[in-house]
Formats: sequence, C-alpha cells, structure tokens
Amino acid sequence: MSGLTALSATEIARRVAARDVSAEEVARAHLDRIAEVDGGVGAFLHVAAERALAKARQVDAALAAGGSPPPLAGVPVAIKDVLDIEGMPTTCGSRILDGYRPPFTATAVARLEAAGAVVLGKTNMDEFAMGSSTENSGFQPTRNPWARDRVPGGSSGGSAAAVAAGMACGGLGSDTGGSIRQPAAMCGVVGLKPTYGRVSRYGLVAFASSLDQVGPIARSVEDAARMAEVVCGWDPSDATSARREVPPLASDLGGGARGLRIGVPWRFLSAGVDEGITSAFRAAIDALRSAGAEVVDVDLPHVSHAIATYYIVATAEASSNLARYDGVRYGRRAGGGGDLKRMYGETRDRGFGPEVKRRIILGTFVLSSGYYDAYYLRAQKVRTLIRRDFEQAFATSDVIATPTSPIPAFRLGEKTSDPLQMYLADIFTVPANLAGIPGLSLPCGLAGGLPVGLQLLGRPFDEATLLRAGHAYERLTTHHLARPPLGGSR
Amino acid sequence: MARVTVETVDHVARLAHLSLTPEEREIFARQLDEVLAYAESIQALDTRDVEPMSHAGTSEVLRDDVPAPELPREQALAAAPDADGGLFRVPRIIGG
Repeated sequence: MSGLTALSATEIARRVAARDVSAEEVARAHLDRIAEVDGGVGAFLHVAAERALAKARQVDAALAAGGSPPPLAGVPVAIKDVLDIEGMPTTCGSRILDGYRPPFTATAVARLEAAGAVVLGKTNMDEFAMGSSTENSGFQPTRNPWARDRVPGGSSGGSAAAVAAGMACGGLGSDTGGSIRQPAAMCGVVGLKPTYGRVSRYGLVAFASSLDQVGPIARSVEDAARMAEVVCGWDPSDATSARREVPPLASDLGGGARGLRIGVPWRFLSAGVDEGITSAFRAAIDALRSAGAEVVDVDLPHVSHAIATYYIVATAEASSNLARYDGVRYGRRAGGGGDLKRMYGETRDRGFGPEVKRRIILGTFVLSSGYYDAYYLRAQKVRTLIRRDFEQAFATSDVIATPTSPIPAFRLGEKTSDPLQMYLADIFTVPANLAGIPGLSLPCGLAGGLPVGLQLLGRPFDEATLLRAGHAYERLTTHHLARPPLGGSR
Repeated sequence: MARVTVETVDHVARLAHLSLTPEEREIFARQLDEVLAYAESIQALDTRDVEPMSHAGTSEVLRDDVPAPELPREQALAAAPDADGGLFRVPRIIGG
C-alpha cells in the first residue's frame, strides 16, 4: 500500500485504468501519508479527505461501467490555495479571506478533475503569492522536506513540499515571478510555468495580472507534461487566455538532446551564485553537451534590471488588484465604528500581513502622481527591452539554461527582516514572467545536501521543446529520482 | 530620486486605504527607500523610442455579444460579511 505514494502519475493512471489498483486506494494511501508526515512539514492548509475519496470512487465507478480511461485517472493532486474550488475554503494564505468559500471552480482545477485527477486539498503559500519562502503565510510556515529547518521556497511552497514528500503525486501552483519554479527547485521536484496566456487564470486569485500563470508541479518531466497537456488551452472565461492549439506534450518527449541549441547567458551567471549551485549547473550543461546538444553563449543585456522592473510592475498591479479586499463582498470585516473609510482601513490593516502591505504601499507609490512616469512607465519600457533580449537570444538557441535560484533553500527566518535580499533571490526566474515566455525547473543535483534546480526557458508557446529538453536531461542522470530523507512508510 | 519618508508612506497608505501603526510606517519607509534606491538602476537606461509593454498576451478578447448566465445574486452575496435585502450593507456614507 505504502508503495502507491512513490508512483509516477503515468504509472498511477496506467494501473488505475487497468483496474489493477483503485483510485480510492491511491487516494487513501496519499491521505494516510499526509496524516503521517504533514505534521512535520505543514504543506496543507485544508485536507478534503471525504471529497477526495468520493471523487476517487467516481473515477473507479466510471471505469467499472466501461468508460474510457481519462489521462490522469486517480492521480492525487494538491492545489495551491490561490485557486478556487467551489465549496472548499480559499484563503490565498491570507487572514483577510479566512472563512471564504468561493462559488466557482478554477478552470485549471476543473480540467484536472475532468481528466480523472483527485484533489486532496489546498496547500500553503505566501500570502497572495507574495514571497519566495512561504513564510509570509498568514496561517503557518511550511518546512522543506529535505531539511526541516529550511524553507521550501515560495510562493507555491506547500504544493512543492507536498509533491516532494509523497503526500501528493502532482500539484498546481501559480507563478508571477518564479513561484512555481523556485519552490520546485528548492524541494527537488519539477515545476513548469507555461507561456503567459497558455493556462486559464479563471478562478486564480489575481496578484499581478500581466505576469500570473498557473502550472504543474510533479516528480518528473513526464508527469509535468501529462498535467500540462490537460490544463493548457483556451478558456472563454479568461480574456487573456490564448486561442492556440496545444500540441501533444506527454507523448512527444523522446526527441533527445541531439541537435538542441542551448543558450547559456554566462555573463548574467557570473556573480552572486552559490558555488555548489554553479558546479551542479555546469555539470548539467556538460551532460547535455555530451548527449549531443550544442551549447552556445547568449547575451541578455537588460536582464540585470529584471528585479527592479519586476518589483515595480508587479507591485503596481498588485496594489490595484488588492483594492477589492475591502470587507464588503467577501472575507473578514473589521469594525470601523460606523465609518466607511475607517472600516476599509482597519479591515485591510488587520487582514493583510506585512509583505502584502509593503507591496501595496510600493505599488501605490510607483503609480502615484509625480512618480508614475519615472517608475511605472519606465519599468514598462524596460520590460520591452527585456523581451527583446529574449527574442534575440532565441534567434541562436532553442532553449536558454540558467540555475533556477542563485541559492539553495535557506533557513526559516533568515531573510524575513530584509525584503530586498529576499527579492534578489528571484533574479533568474522573474525575466520569464516579464517576457511572458515559458520556464521549466528540474532537479540537477544537490549542493550541501539541498536540491538544485536547472531552469530551461523557451520561446512563447513552445512548452514542447522545453519539456523534451528536460526529459532528455532526466534520461542522462538520476537526480530527479532523489527523495528527501523524511522517513515514514513510503 | 525619491527618498521615502514616513510622510510619503502616510500619504500613500491613505490612497490605498491602509491604516498603519506608527511602527509599520517607520519600517516601511526605511525598507521602501532601500528598494527604490536599488530600482534606480533603470533610470540610467536609454528608453527613448521604446514602447511600454503592459502585458505579454494577445488581444483575441472579443466574443459574440450574446448574454451568458452570470452568478445568481444569492451566491454572489453568500460570502459577504453583511448583506441585507439582496444588497451588500456598509456603514452609512451619506448623512447620519
């Protein structure tokens, strides 16, 4: 029974479809695993055990009735608490939404469930997805399954930790500046941020609408590809979702590395990267070169300005998006003594944590009269320059490789008092969001016993090449098979 | 460029409807000053003739003008802290 929590999504779907194991047994094994280890990890904010078992029985009943097997039959998944599921609480990691139950389900979740996946519950995150450590959750910290005195990364730290610890086979996260890729890297799992517009944002609580994207977290590139194939695609409920065909992603992974042109922006990687991460990254590039990839040097002259640009654009959009939390339509309301403006102010001061307030203040500032042109408008222009850098780099390369994070998982509390230091750790992930291109993080070894992520960036809507390159790398090494020393009966 | 003072934070907090404690005002003023000092790097770039980029999406946003079902009123009101008679209730705005 315990072996079920170690299986891949591909294997679970195959065995459930063959009725060799039931979706209910698979769900029970994962719920047992959550009960066994999540006390020490804190990945879940809400475990929906009864609902999960009922959904699993529906998958089993449909198969028993002779229905054709769905692609993710019985695959247990953990959903970041930024995505709505009708009737289940959505907190977004914030006290201001404590007790809120949305009246609709996010399209990405609905697509997973329609494909036979079984939702186990909602996972912890930095409040409103603002953070790189999951420490900004209004409810609890999440611990890294590899070293429980360390953060799992963020903001999708709960989903990444749940998948790494075998509590879920896969998960969904959201990525505004690296929030899927960075926790995936720090927890030793695979995370994909698809192209902007590739996955519907309907039912995703908005942080920075021009940057937000939903994507899968899994234990292998193949599993991530299977989930991506299901969640990608046009949705009339999201005006920014792209009307583009989604090519087969999971069945077309076998192309190998031969002939692949991998661009490495060596100049961008020259400073401030942990030594262990640099050596794991160099070894990964060497492995791909030995397998027939052509490694070329690319220049991204404006990406050194990506953090500054990102923290202006993202906070400006956030200050606007978070205006809706006013204690009127949903969430918690604080007193105000019968005065509307005081009610707004007190509701927001009590409901939001420090990082969210900091970003609302910064975002309101850069949009305010007298500063708009110097900060917001200028940042939008630099964003154009960054996108052009990538367009030029993709003229000579098929994918661009960097480490996902310049540092491995850091200790809980280590960076909470210095927001700028926390922001600088996003240096390799934010450029993809600014440019709107897809990014994949996959394990490429350990540094000091902690997981290291290899990031691959691709052309817009070319997730297929990214996944093929990632899969080729996985076949060359065994890094993706490493599991955290968490114990328990897996 | 801008140096962020406690007064700046006060002004912006009012715009954003945030009541902050005195400690929060001081901490935020210092931290935001640091972040903006770091962000000064973009002021040196030549952005003449560069179009601002507001998003990376496409603009295929128009659909046929056909009414579609919306959230029923009871459901839309269900999560409100205070609702009455099919409306959201807030503290008195006019008169009183």
